[in-house]
Amino acid sequence: MPGKLKVKIVAGRHLPVMDRASDLTDAFVEVKFGNTTFKTDVYHKSLNPQWNSEWFKFEVDDEDLQDEPLQITVLDHDTYSANDAIGKVYIDIDPLLYSEAATVISGWFPIYDTIHGIRGEINVVVKVDLFNDLNRFRQSSCGVKFFCTTSIPKCYRAVIIHGFVEELVVNEDPEYQWIDRIRTPRASNEARQRLISLMSGELQRKIGLKVLEMRGNAVVGYLQCFDLEGESGLVVRAIGTACTLDKLSSTAAFLPACNSPSKEMKEIPFNEDPNPNTHSSGPSTPLKNQTYSFSPSKSYSRQSSSSDTDLSLTPKTAPYPQGPRIFLCPSSPSLSSGSPHLKKSCLLSESSLTPHHSSHISPVVLRKSVSFSEELLLAASGMGSGSAGKEGGPFKALLRQQTQSALEQREFPFFTLTAFPPGFLVHVGGVVSARSVKLLDRIHNPDEPETRDAWWAEIRQEIKSHAKALGCHAVVGYSESTSICEEVCILSASGTAAVLNPRFLQDGTVEGCLEQRQEENLPPGCGFCHIPYDELNMPFPAHLTYCYSCRKQKVPDVLFTTIDLPTDATVVGKGCLIQARLCRLKKKAQAEANATAISNLLPFMEYEVHTQLMNKLKLKGMNALFGLRIQITVGENMLMGLASATGVYLTALPTPGGIQIAGKTPNDGSYEQHISHMQKKINDTIAKNKELYEINPPEIPEEIIGSPIPEPRQRSRLLRSQSESSDEVIELDLSHGKKDAFVLEIDDTDAMEDVHSLLTDVPPPSGFYSCNTEIMPGINNWTSEIQMFTSVRVSRLSNINLTNQTLNKNFNDLCENLLKSLYFKLRSMIPCCLCHVNFTVSLPEDELIQITVTAVAITFDKHQAVQTTKTHVEKSLQRASADNEELLQFPLELCTDSLASHPFSPAKEHLESASSNSGIPAAQRATSIDYSSFADRCNSWIELIKLKAQTIRRGSIKTTVSVEKASPLTEGHFRQRSAPACANSTVGVVKMTPLSFIPGAKITKYLGIINMFFIRETTSLREEGGVSGFLHAFIAEVFAMVRAHVAALGGNAVVSYIMKQCVFMENPNKNQAQCLINVSGDAVIFVRESELEIISAQQPIASCQPACSGGEIAT
Amino acid sequence: MTNELDIFVGNTTLIDEDVYRLWLDGYSVSDAVGLRVRSGILEQTGATAGVLQSDTMDHYRTFHMLERLLHTPPKLLHQLVFQIPPSRQALLIERYYAFDEAFVREVLGKKLSKGTKKDLDDISTKTGVTLKSCRRQFDNFKRVFKVVEEMRGSLAGNIQQHFLLSDRLARDYAAVVFFANNRFETGKKKLQYLTFGDLAFCAELMIQNWTPGAVDSQVDDMDVDLDKEFLQDLKELKVLVADKDLLDLHKSLVCTALRGKLSVFPEMEANFKFIEPCRSDRWPLNDVRLFLNQYSASVHSLDGFRHQALWDRYMVTLRSCLLRMYHD
Repeated sequence: MPGKLKVKIVAGRHLPVMDRASDLTDAFVEVKFGNTTFKTDVYHKSLNPQWNSEWFKFEVDDEDLQDEPLQITVLDHDTYSANDAIGKVYIDIDPLLYSEAATVISGWFPIYDTIHGIRGEINVVVKVDLFNDLNRFRQSSCGVKFFCTTSIPKCYRAVIIHGFVEELVVNEDPEYQWIDRIRTPRASNEARQRLISLMSGELQRKIGLKVLEMRGNAVVGYLQCFDLEGESGLVVRAIGTACTLDKLSSTAAFLPACNSPSKEMKEIPFNEDPNPNTHSSGPSTPLKNQTYSFSPSKSYSRQSSSSDTDLSLTPKTAPYPQGPRIFLCPSSPSLSSGSPHLKKSCLLSESSLTPHHSSHISPVVLRKSVSFSEELLLAASGMGSGSAGKEGGPFKALLRQQTQSALEQREFPFFTLTAFPPGFLVHVGGVVSARSVKLLDRIHNPDEPETRDAWWAEIRQEIKSHAKALGCHAVVGYSESTSICEEVCILSASGTAAVLNPRFLQDGTVEGCLEQRQEENLPPGCGFCHIPYDELNMPFPAHLTYCYSCRKQKVPDVLFTTIDLPTDATVVGKGCLIQARLCRLKKKAQAEANATAISNLLPFMEYEVHTQLMNKLKLKGMNALFGLRIQITVGENMLMGLASATGVYLTALPTPGGIQIAGKTPNDGSYEQHISHMQKKINDTIAKNKELYEINPPEIPEEIIGSPIPEPRQRSRLLRSQSESSDEVIELDLSHGKKDAFVLEIDDTDAMEDVHSLLTDVPPPSGFYSCNTEIMPGINNWTSEIQMFTSVRVSRLSNINLTNQTLNKNFNDLCENLLKSLYFKLRSMIPCCLCHVNFTVSLPEDELIQITVTAVAITFDKHQAVQTTKTHVEKSLQRASADNEELLQFPLELCTDSLASHPFSPAKEHLESASSNSGIPAAQRATSIDYSSFADRCNSWIELIKLKAQTIRRGSIKTTVSVEKASPLTEGHFRQRSAPACANSTVGVVKMTPLSFIPGAKITKYLGIINMFFIRETTSLREEGGVSGFLHAFIAEVFAMVRAHVAALGGNAVVSYIMKQCVFMENPNKNQAQCLINVSGDAVIFVRESELEIISAQQPIASCQPACSGGEIAT
Repeated sequence: MTNELDIFVGNTTLIDEDVYRLWLDGYSVSDAVGLRVRSGILEQTGATAGVLQSDTMDHYRTFHMLERLLHTPPKLLHQLVFQIPPSRQALLIERYYAFDEAFVREVLGKKLSKGTKKDLDDISTKTGVTLKSCRRQFDNFKRVFKVVEEMRGSLAGNIQQHFLLSDRLARDYAAVVFFANNRFETGKKKLQYLTFGDLAFCAELMIQNWTPGAVDSQVDDMDVDLDKEFLQDLKELKVLVADKDLLDLHKSLVCTALRGKLSVFPEMEANFKFIEPCRSDRWPLNDVRLFLNQYSASVHSLDGFRHQALWDRYMVTLRSCLLRMYHD
């Protein structure tokens, strides 16, 4: 009995009137955990009852603590008839189960009813007393921390990043049980909510166990999704990255926080200890006896655990200790159709179809799987011989082999992270993706997870082999998704093939000096762009040039990735959101015919989506995409493809060529004229975009000493790729063959439409920027105002004469109009940037398209000059930071002079003139930015540190920073600006953001994961304001419930917030609608930097004040 | 292709003040869109009419959802569904409870009943305030009236506490409640020239001096009703008019004191009482003031008049009201 859960019901308020006669309510509360229920007294005749109950105590296993939610039901007492339920509150007590998170849950929770929505609030206090239980064979994984954040959380440092963890549980969907025919919609909804809550708890516990087996203590980048398969079941699945995290003891010990996560990350001293984990048993001692027995949760018997736990249970042994692993392979038409491998984007994709899944239809093919470790090693050595000479000797080869050994132990070397500790990411190969169409009604044993596990395993293998083909041993920024329509399900997975530094992956095999050397050899900020594959043995013919940054290594001309822009990457100008949108009509069909039709369409869609992305990227004058997410949605009669990414100009990559239009009938004069007109328009657009996004890369002289002259630039080509995967894949050649990809041939009206649609994308109004990544490249001076929002649109297509063209246009307009509306709505925040713009498309019915967008608008200070030299200095800092001694010598000194400069910052007019003057050295710019917010101040602080780092490295001792005379004007301005910020942070405000950070603030504590699932249903749709009124109210309520839970945990923000599902169904004829929403995020406590500063800065100010009166400071 | 559903939900509820005003003024969505277009917003922002339509609809929906909470403003402060900064909450409440001068002059002193509500059509036509807005304002009056009607303590204070209004607006509501409760007919032709401000001023003085609350701050309905005892006592003052001797004496005292000081002395002597004659004779305000001062002061010199305190309670208020009301 390892835990005691204590609950106290304090009071209620704003309860609904349940007794029409008295206009009052006789409320009481039932508190349920597992199978135990307590009740409070009835509080008669009040809408604001004060129960002030005793402590209800539940003595429970920690396994139950993890799985079960605390269920609080508020009822109206009725002497003569059954008591009426007012509503419920589910509280996930998981955050109380690990020591560093919350210690108590206490606060007002909205009382929620699936039919009526929120009906008043209840004040509850929850505590848990955990008894330490050292039983090794335990079922629970209390203590493993979960984070939705896809980077190392701010107050932690990564000791080891272990790798991929996944789990999947299945149950019968209560909505499809026979009992659903006789129970009320409310009962059915509540059964579903409770079941998903239970399944989420169980899933998390099981993933936690896997993490403990890997000797980790946390899961980062945890992504949980549910699939409503309908008749065949309800699937809850999750993926994440197991890590060993160390809590940074004191936030005060570090340099003052800054507003961008990139910088904060650099402050974290990553472990240099070559032997971080002393418990490591090493690869030589397999722990074969570690197989734990799993028993499914007692609470309900139908679901069971994922089948492939056996592999992760023996993490230190050879990859397949059980000998040849048998794959149950999809049967005969194992048609892995088409891989439109775009060479430039380095994208490998594959869609495979296995319509005849069940084994009784066709003979089962048993195939021995190849040993992946062997293959990887081969690939690695091949690579080493090919490029080692150029890349700084045998070190790289050695490194590869070591990384190899670190990764070969893993079945899937995948990482759900999108941002990494500095030095972690060595090279990026490109996007890898795999899709597969499955028939849900062919699942052999629908209540067991085996089939789905096998499906996902198949897809992951696919991904792994694609990565291998790109010369990469790992996949980062990895994610999985599904799209279900009736009995057809598309499973998708994508990620970015990469080569990683083994330092964080392994314990004790890498020698420190090697890393150092390796790091020294790495060219600054461009290393990740260098091709990981062997030039002579490329997986596909690619067009390569020497890196425009270091001139030593080869780079592709375009780079597509699913990760965030690495913090050390050097970019020119700003980034922008780029979307490719595509619809394809499909005949309505049944079962296999349907699946076949979809599979046949998929490769074409992927191909077109990529062509569109590439064209739009060129049109923007940029050369790389980050955060790429391609969503393919299946409907009854169509397929929709929506790709979103953030385009940037990477300095390491070559300048993109333009787009050329060519007509097919060159003899026609008017036609020629038309073509040239179009060409002009395109060229104008490119020029305009370059100006808009400030893309003016520095001219690099072609002859740089020591580096060979790059090959003459050609326009990039789209060529067919050879998949390296060992499957007998029937390759579909979808590429343009020998044609030039960026010669757009206008041979029919379709192509004309395409060109037109390229030009219809309107840039955001001035003052607005948008991206779908965490940070906007080129903007780093965020101010503290943020606004997270969700916007939903459902559009009905007129079903007459739908063609692909009209469909495309409709879809395009829908997305563009939605964006325009967002810009209009948020116009008061200008200058601002929409970050983490996340579009989701679903096709709820025949003619309906639903688009859901969640993003955050963040204001920034346009007065601060974007420092182009910044990145340069940053790199120096990075180098310097490797040398701890140097770094440690100057922090105090630095604090002194940056602080000194602050109160005497020059007047604004001076600032602008100063910063616009390009001749001014970086240091002076740093001091002359607008100090109106503290965030900026920190920036400048960092700048100064960077400068120091640089100076010290160069061996020069003195730098002079001139500081102009004090101006009362600026000080006044500062106060004025900071005052409203304080007013905003009144009690009770909970910020929500899809980003992992809060601008202008420092996260001081992670309180636990928020993972909530709600159903709302109505039978009076018109009375609730129609579909819009209904959904608007519901989403507002979901936000409210998330905020209430965070506030009860003692937090003031949710970071990495995501609305994973928003399933909306309506039946206006019956006046009914139903919606399911699943949201998650990390509850945190943040402290404004201005508040932090008061504490940390007082002393230095006092000591430096006299020194800075001179106006010039020599250091 | 039509949007069946179109919503925007922010973690912080977006409030557009201009659209809020249009909503409060009772314009339909399409009218509001039209007015916004005319304001030149499309040119300023480069938005399309469709965007504006969607935006207006969205704001109207939000306001509609907030309206339920605005009926009991403390709920707006404690609710969890809409995260709104305190300053914005105050703005929402204050604007929601604000009323039009034209409208209030029509309704002031009338019973806040269903009957009056039926007349709102006419009031709307007469005042040019949309019917929707009239309804809101009328319902606000009625709601405030119902809540504070039977409450102890200061009327304005109660209103402020239960509706979180500004000091100024709470006092205006106190006047509305006071007039409605006492059914002071303010719609008479003779009183048409008076502004709501004049009447509110008088109401405030009357509340201060003539209600039970003026004597005892612990009684029920202390500020809403006039002090019955006081009204009863006022009959005693009739003696000043009824008793011929007293009247003559009073008259001569006033006349003596004011001789030579008033430019309109002959008329005063002849009329001796009340605003309308004075107004028709175009007395300067200063003369009226002098007269009234003397009129109330000289009573103290009347021997045999026993109700000095009562006279003061009556006359101090009346004098201020008369002076305030004495304008064109």
